[in-house]
Amino acid sequence: MNALNINPKENFINLYFDNLDLITENSTDILNKARQSALESFKILGFPNSKSEKYKYTKVEKLFLNEYEKYFTPKSITFNIDDIFRCDIPALDTHLALTLNGFYLSNPDLLVEIEKGVIIGSLSEAAKKYPNVVSKYYNTLADNDEDGLVALNTAFAQDGVFIYIPKGLVLEKPIQIINLMMGDENQLMHYRNLIIADENAQADIVICDHTLSPSEYLSNVVTEVFTNRGANLDVVSMQNQHNDSTQFTHLFGKQERDSVLSTNTVSLHGGIIRNNIHIVLNDENCENHTYGLALADRNQHIDMYSFIDHAKPNCNSNELYKALLDDQATGSFNGRILVRRDAQKTQAFQSNDNLLLTADAKMYTKPQLEIYADDVKCTHGATIGQLDMDAKFYMQSRGIGEREAKLLLMFGFAHDVIGHIKIAPLRERIDELVNKRLRGDLSRCNNCPMNCC
Amino acid sequence: MLTIKNLHASINGKEILKGVNLSIKPGEVHAIMGPNGSGKSTLGAVLAGRELFEVTQGEITFNGKDIFELSPEERSREGLFLSFQYPIEIPGVSMVNFMKTALNEHRKHKGLAPVTASDFLKLMRERKELVEIDSALTNRAVNEGFSGGEKKKNEIFQMAMLEPKLAILDETDSGLDIDALRIVANGVNKLKKPDNSTIVITHYQRLLDYIVPDFVHILYNGRIVKTGGKELALDLEEKGYDWIKNELEE
Repeated sequence: MNALNINPKENFINLYFDNLDLITENSTDILNKARQSALESFKILGFPNSKSEKYKYTKVEKLFLNEYEKYFTPKSITFNIDDIFRCDIPALDTHLALTLNGFYLSNPDLLVEIEKGVIIGSLSEAAKKYPNVVSKYYNTLADNDEDGLVALNTAFAQDGVFIYIPKGLVLEKPIQIINLMMGDENQLMHYRNLIIADENAQADIVICDHTLSPSEYLSNVVTEVFTNRGANLDVVSMQNQHNDSTQFTHLFGKQERDSVLSTNTVSLHGGIIRNNIHIVLNDENCENHTYGLALADRNQHIDMYSFIDHAKPNCNSNELYKALLDDQATGSFNGRILVRRDAQKTQAFQSNDNLLLTADAKMYTKPQLEIYADDVKCTHGATIGQLDMDAKFYMQSRGIGEREAKLLLMFGFAHDVIGHIKIAPLRERIDELVNKRLRGDLSRCNNCPMNCC
Repeated sequence: MLTIKNLHASINGKEILKGVNLSIKPGEVHAIMGPNGSGKSTLGAVLAGRELFEVTQGEITFNGKDIFELSPEERSREGLFLSFQYPIEIPGVSMVNFMKTALNEHRKHKGLAPVTASDFLKLMRERKELVEIDSALTNRAVNEGFSGGEKKKNEIFQMAMLEPKLAILDETDSGLDIDALRIVANGVNKLKKPDNSTIVITHYQRLLDYIVPDFVHILYNGRIVKTGGKELALDLEEKGYDWIKNELEE
């Protein structure tokens, strides 16, 4: 082990300068312009440490000490998608977008206009073709000055998925982004997504994360989501990487007047997962839903941080996060709701319910409400409990076996979150997937349920 | 069908049942009456296999099988049904899923294939009508947000779906208004077949106007202290439980 490895912060700063040419060459101006100042921020912030209340239960720095390969050019792996995937659940009809190890996978184009101005494709390519749109939004939400991991992403991100829904368009078919990780080496990657729903546009987006090789992966991903005036976006995220993977996700959402943004983050598999969700309700009459479900067993660790910022009056937010922990799994929920002084008539609700199936499973929960306005309606609450033995007996008394009764109870607990997914076929598929996960039937690797959702 | 011999059961070391003897033949309806705390619900819970209670002595055979060898689910599959005094709410588990799972476990036990979706829905519809349960209730989570009366009707609906050989109705009348009582009792009567049996646990005589028992037993202080025909319930209604207490003290 050489001396450099002792300080991961220095390692990454060196990595940046050593590869800057390659990084910029394989990306686009708009992304490149943001790098330098992000790196300066990272120099100041470094990796979040245990002193940071926000990252109290996930030790970040040591995770970046592990030996990972870092690629700054898209690695061409030729494969036939159909050969690799075998769907566990029949496909949902979606507009499909694929990334491979953080780079958009042309299929066959890097960027497509699917209908009436809806654009789906590579972020880097979009920045070339539509510089005005991308530069207007890119890196305007990410808090590079506050979170070292976000700054690190901005410094290194070269590509990712770009989605643009034009004014007034209601997209019937959901868009499905599938992020694949594959290769013989352990790999670390930073990629970046940009999703824009212009005025009164409507779309449903499903994001699925999968690992296709047993190698270890660390991904640090930033997604910026804009719902402009009157827009309505529903983003469902399915995390299903294998348990040797580490995943940091940062979703930043900005809502303009009369907009609705729902996010639903379902964590099925993955070794260490840290999800950050930052939502700013930036104008009046917005509605936000932040849902999340974590199913963890063995040594999985799933950490959720959310920040709902009520900046303007007359907005509603509703948050529900549930975790079901088995074996020695650990979980954490830290949910902050800020109601600023101007945000009168805010209604904000938050609830976090957790089920521990063993005495060794651990859950840390911290709901936080900060209210500076005086005419608001806000509630929050958290529970940690075990399976309801009365309900289990009730089911057994009807002939349902003990294992099945427990599964039904766990499924019922989880369905509370899944039930909020609007599109019925999608909801049913995710229900099915959760059911399989609880039964231990959900494969983690090559037999990948790609069209799981 | 059911034989209980010298049953003793306790909870947290406190003895509730102190030597219960009871024998039920196919087709019979038995009422078990008694004041609060006499052990009526405990008897129902022990029969259904609730782990909360510890059986310290005695034996129970159900259709020739030692009931203590059977798990609660096996007892159910063998044809025993307990209608709960306080039915449990199970958020997130739909009535359809719950009932279908239960029915299929019963079918598997009998060596039958799982019920098809269309047959299941047909059966549900049929049985719902039988017990006059509101259609919308079965579209919801099990008992969640049901009124007291709806919960009791739902118990009888489940009984109709599973067609038990022995049904134990634990205070199915409590909390019901007179119309709901009639509906629930009619449901039970419609489900009655010549060879299946019923145990009606109740405080009051009024349910027995509808479900007419062959035998009435009075459970007091953990023992059956008096057994008679249906007229015993009327005597009890008239004279109150003090009558029994006084008689025992003499």
